[in-house]
Amino acid sequence: MNIIVLMKRVPDLVEDLEVDDTGKALDEDCVSLKLNEFDDHALEEALLLKEAGASSVTAIALDGEEVDKMLFTALAKGADRALKICHVGAPPGRPGAGEVGDYRGLAEIFAGVVREQPHDLILTGVQAADERDGQLGPMVAALLDAPCVEVVTSVEGSGGAVTVHKEFSGGLMAEYEVDLPAVLGIQAARATPRYAPVSKVRQVQNEATIETVSGSAGGGSGVSVVEMTPPETGEGAQMLESVDELVEILESKGVI
Amino acid sequence: MAGDVLVVAEHLRGELDDVTFELLGMGRELAGQLGGSLIAALIGGSGEMADQLGAADLVVSVGGADMSDFNPESHGAALEAVVDAKSPRAVLVSYTSMGMDLASTLAVKKGMAHAAFGTAVAGGENVTPEGGKRNITATSQLYGGKMDVVSDLGDGPCVVSVLAGSAPADAGRADGPPAAKESLPAPATAGHVRFKRLIEPEAGDVDITAQDVLVAIGRGIGSKDDVEVAEELAEALDAAVAGSRPLIDAGWLPKTRQVGKSGLKVSPKVYLALGISGAPEHIEGMKSAATIIAVNTDEQAPIFNFAHYGMKEDLFDVCEELTEAIEDR
Ligand SMILES: Cc1cc2nc3c(=O)[nH]c(=O)nc-3n(C[C@H](O)[C@H](O)[C@H](O)COP(=O)(O)OP(=O)(O)OC[C@H]3O[C@@H](n4cnc5c(N)ncnc54)[C@H](O)[C@@H]3O)c2cc1C
Repeated sequence: MNIIVLMKRVPDLVEDLEVDDTGKALDEDCVSLKLNEFDDHALEEALLLKEAGASSVTAIALDGEEVDKMLFTALAKGADRALKICHVGAPPGRPGAGEVGDYRGLAEIFAGVVREQPHDLILTGVQAADERDGQLGPMVAALLDAPCVEVVTSVEGSGGAVTVHKEFSGGLMAEYEVDLPAVLGIQAARATPRYAPVSKVRQVQNEATIETVSGSAGGGSGVSVVEMTPPETGEGAQMLESVDELVEILESKGVI
Repeated sequence: MAGDVLVVAEHLRGELDDVTFELLGMGRELAGQLGGSLIAALIGGSGEMADQLGAADLVVSVGGADMSDFNPESHGAALEAVVDAKSPRAVLVSYTSMGMDLASTLAVKKGMAHAAFGTAVAGGENVTPEGGKRNITATSQLYGGKMDVVSDLGDGPCVVSVLAGSAPADAGRADGPPAAKESLPAPATAGHVRFKRLIEPEAGDVDITAQDVLVAIGRGIGSKDDVEVAEELAEALDAAVAGSRPLIDAGWLPKTRQVGKSGLKVSPKVYLALGISGAPEHIEGMKSAATIIAVNTDEQAPIFNFAHYGMKEDLFDVCEELTEAIEDR
């Protein structure tokens, strides 16, 4: 079973985010990008499948700042190959193309590359915090005409099909059998994503290579950004200055 | 028809989910703005469910008991069949586990524009350039709730995935059955996805939905060992400890303590949120708490937009001081 993991970076939400002068995008100066945490779970699930006998794990990402580090880290954790998509070209003039959260365009780029690679199972994060125009997994699946299940917390099996657990609410899950090739949106891996020590990443950086492939530009979703604003806070929270004030409130609510 | 709005009804184990009624309320308003009617798609539902969808002008059913268990493939194909038959201007799907399997797929397969993480949708005159067809706009809550982004979905058919809790459910409830009902045959599929079984959650030691006070902790707690700090506070408050999803995924708290979209919905008298950022998926589970008090070191944390009271402080300082203050009383 050849497994592909689609990886992307998203703004680190711990940072203060600000809107830029266009009013339609984040101010890049304030943004630091990091691996989408759900993609990290997707990679972990892929590595667990490999430990259970799958033949290969290939991590794929679109070129960009710090992407080499992200891919070397994937290799250090146990991925067999890392592919970086370069030379994508300017997106066509459809509304929404190249704008914030243009995941439709990204899905087309990924689908084009995946088609050229051996693939039985394609894993990616269940969602990303900037997926404005749809979830990457199901979009790639639709473009490849492959089945897809989102919100997956466990993948097991080999051969022509896998057994997956999909989570609903309240901890209720459903089990499905899915024929390969298939795309799965991973919510959480069966184990906490492993950690690659810096020394290991450095070693891999010296020994392994990241392959580059060219991609064809995505089409845009026809969904253009009108404006981006911090959410209206309404009343907002009444800010407290001391624990004494907090105690008073708990008293007034009759809980202490 | 040109201005029709299609709402996808969601159900699990024979019951319609509240989000269906939220969508119907939103859909009714949008249909009014677009001058169309409101249609509900009921896939694998029952006659009893169809009768509860009276807020819609028409209920289109596909399949019955044979399709009652959600299946991304067959339910997706059924939804496409309804869209083909009715050509709605807008399709509203819930941004839930089931909806996530349907919306993006539909949009790509049918070449429809799609906005995810939706909290509002409008087809009002204010967005019409010069008469004629009206553009639909949708608001998406992105970056874990830190930004609202309004998108123009153009003048063609579109899909909006709507976060649960974005509209009141009452607006989508009606006393009588729908004015009209139709059914469509279930389309054949390749059968690549096969439903096997439902897996029930394990019963927990504490029922967090039955507590007056919850001490809820998030990733701000930093490590498994520090969960103890929250447990001490909970003990002093005669409360239970609950948590955000990452803590459960990391194994720091049992699954039965998870609040949110894929966890439990809670509405205690007091919800103390410590080191929780307030992502939409968390907010979904706790926003009906009577009093929400948030402690977070990040002034911009979205949780402060939902909390009644806030403290920009280190949670450990607050925990310690508060535990002492209560014990000293
Ligand atoms: C399909 C799906 C379903 C989901 N279901 C759920 C769900 O049911 N429940 C849920 O919670 N999430 C759910 N999530 C995950 C959700 O998107 C967020 O990732 C999650 O809620 C974030 O948890 P958090 O707030 O604890 O962590 P973070 O977002 O990392 O926030 C940590 C916060 O702690 C603050 N902090 C750090 N240190 C301190 C300190 N010392 N003192 C005070 N504050 C501090 C930081 O400023 C930050 O705001 C779901 C996601 C998906 C895709």
